[in-house]
Amino acid sequence: MESVGLSGYLIVGAVLFVCGVICMATKRNGIGILMGVELVLNGANLNFVAFSQHTHLGLDGQIASLFVIVLAAAEAAVALAIALNFYNNHLTIDVDRAADLKG
Amino acid sequence: MESLLFTIYALATCGAALGVVLSQNVARMAFWLVVSLGCVAGLFFMLNADFVGATQLLIYVGGTVVLLIFGVMLTASGPFNTIKSEPAEMIQAGVIGIALLAILIPTVTSVDWVGNRDTLSHAGVKSPSGEFNQQGEGGTSRHIGAALLGVRVDQADASAPSEAHEHHEADHDHGHEHAHGEEAHSHAAHDHAHAQVSETNQASGYLLPFEIISVHLLVVLIGASYLARAKRRVEQPTS
Repeated sequence: MESVGLSGYLIVGAVLFVCGVICMATKRNGIGILMGVELVLNGANLNFVAFSQHTHLGLDGQIASLFVIVLAAAEAAVALAIALNFYNNHLTIDVDRAADLKG
Repeated sequence: MESLLFTIYALATCGAALGVVLSQNVARMAFWLVVSLGCVAGLFFMLNADFVGATQLLIYVGGTVVLLIFGVMLTASGPFNTIKSEPAEMIQAGVIGIALLAILIPTVTSVDWVGNRDTLSHAGVKSPSGEFNQQGEGGTSRHIGAALLGVRVDQADASAPSEAHEHHEADHDHGHEHAHGEEAHSHAAHDHAHAQVSETNQASGYLLPFEIISVHLLVVLIGASYLARAKRRVEQPTS
């Protein structure tokens, strides 16, 4: 019944990871950077669940992915609060404008 | 059928992730992110992880993305005002991303995962038998809840048949010699499996990480509401 195997899921996870990294590196919108972080975390989650199904990891992978989901929600809440604060101070969300600490 | 569904979900996931990267409008990025996360949830369902898939749909697609869209609305500096990336940066990032994929994908495909699994099982690594949850899809939420409370029901279920199976193979090798003593032998095997079950039950649970993540969520909520509290702007726009 295993017609797909582990490698397909890992390749999809790799594509998600690379898209998230590019998104984090190139977006100048702060919310866009947050979306890149979400993509990276989803790639890692997909790897966790795929290993939990296809290897000796058992249920541990699914529980690790649950922890990752909860921590990603918490991270999104805090990062969004920081983004709102940044917008209140700078009237933009462009992260290139965050140069107040530049020496 | 399974490979067809996997192809559909995988192509939708990767295409939507590319849409997140390539689109310049933040609202469209949020839409592509919803599509990508929903298709990842479909992949979770295909991996028999029904609870994780449902949590992905509820928390990610229902919670986090709504939070992000609120962020988009609250920080919009004007209608149709997009912050564009530099094209040179996009080209550079594309080259680097393709290079990273060219490292990752041959690495993934060059490892013999099934051979590794068989080697580990021959080396005597105690584990749930091959794949978790072979007998049917779904039904993982009870096991996950028990594991979060510190009891590993799944390993108790899974290690007993694998143990008996190994012993049955050993019996099969010497089957014609010990045919008459097979009954007592299997009884001893059952006792051995039972001891193994009690060991793995005490071995690993997730009660402490559950508590830690609960306190972490409380701290994060307080911190987020403190950071995002209503405050007057430093410089008012013309009003």
